[in-house]
Amino acid sequence: MMSEFEIALMIGGMALINLAIRWPVYLFADHVRFPPLIDRALTFVPVTVLTAIIVPMILMPGGAEFEIDWRNPYLVASIVAAVISWRWHKLMPTIVIGMAVFVLMRWWVG
Amino acid sequence: MAGITQAEADIGREIMRGLIATLPMMISAFPFGLIFGALATSHGLTPLATMSMSLFVFSGSAQFIAIILLGTGSAIGVIWLATLILNLRHLLYAATLVDHVRHLNQVWRFGLAAWLTDETFAVMERRYRLEGGSANAHWYYTASCLGMYLNWAFWTYIGIVVGTRFEDIGAWGLEFAMVVTFIGIVMPALRSRPYWLAAITAGTIATLANALPYKLGLMLGALAGIAVGLALQEWQRRRRLAGAE
Repeated sequence: MMSEFEIALMIGGMALINLAIRWPVYLFADHVRFPPLIDRALTFVPVTVLTAIIVPMILMPGGAEFEIDWRNPYLVASIVAAVISWRWHKLMPTIVIGMAVFVLMRWWVG
Repeated sequence: MAGITQAEADIGREIMRGLIATLPMMISAFPFGLIFGALATSHGLTPLATMSMSLFVFSGSAQFIAIILLGTGSAIGVIWLATLILNLRHLLYAATLVDHVRHLNQVWRFGLAAWLTDETFAVMERRYRLEGGSANAHWYYTASCLGMYLNWAFWTYIGIVVGTRFEDIGAWGLEFAMVVTFIGIVMPALRSRPYWLAAITAGTIATLANALPYKLGLMLGALAGIAVGLALQEWQRRRRLAGAE
């Protein structure tokens, strides 16, 4: 185990690293304009990063093994939510119905 | 109410809307805050150090990895490197949102950068996409940040106090609230084939590479998705140009 000083150093370093990732783009915003190609690439960030975060959670709820199966509540509720969102473009009904399907399936399938 | 100007009412409305938009993700995050508080203290971190992590690092996955690495006796440098790799995606978030904060002063920009998370990025990207910016949109952003931040700090504190006896809460599946919210944000953003291809590529690669350490699979999937989406878009553009000649 580290000493108290080392723990403080670790936390301070982690905080600085997070700041060093998130802050510079905003800090230098007045001077930086991205070239058109980068601007176009950035329009893909939401659909790629957010999808990359959730798809493994949906297909591998345990973290290691595929559960591509109708008894996987994450998968079934996600499909329902995706269809609702794709068809009606409404966020609140997507969340409420998706959560409802998820909770019912967890209770029903066990 | 008397004495409230139009501008103040507008700010109030932005704050409320930002909080409401973030609420599902606050529900999704709370069990992890609680578990973090419990786990960190049970791994020998003092309550002060545990709380400092949630207040100053404010990054769930990095905080959990740090605890795990501490337990295995890893060096500080390894923990720092893990934090860097784990959170590189935030650079993409800041680059995506920068056009909407450029007009703000540096104090605002510092705060909105320091408090940027996956959840607030998702919420803000949707807001700017659907409504564009407005004079008080940064209050919406601020409300989303503070909602996530205070929620995270509060539940870390509760976790420190109650200890590990509520660890089951991680198995409730509340993180699905974030999953379903992201689905509701991403689906309408799939505006043409390149975006569909980008999303499918990102999801597939991230899943196949899920076993890589420090969520490298996530970055790999995202970068591959961006690359193929951009390539298809460019190919479509050239084909249109060739057809017009």
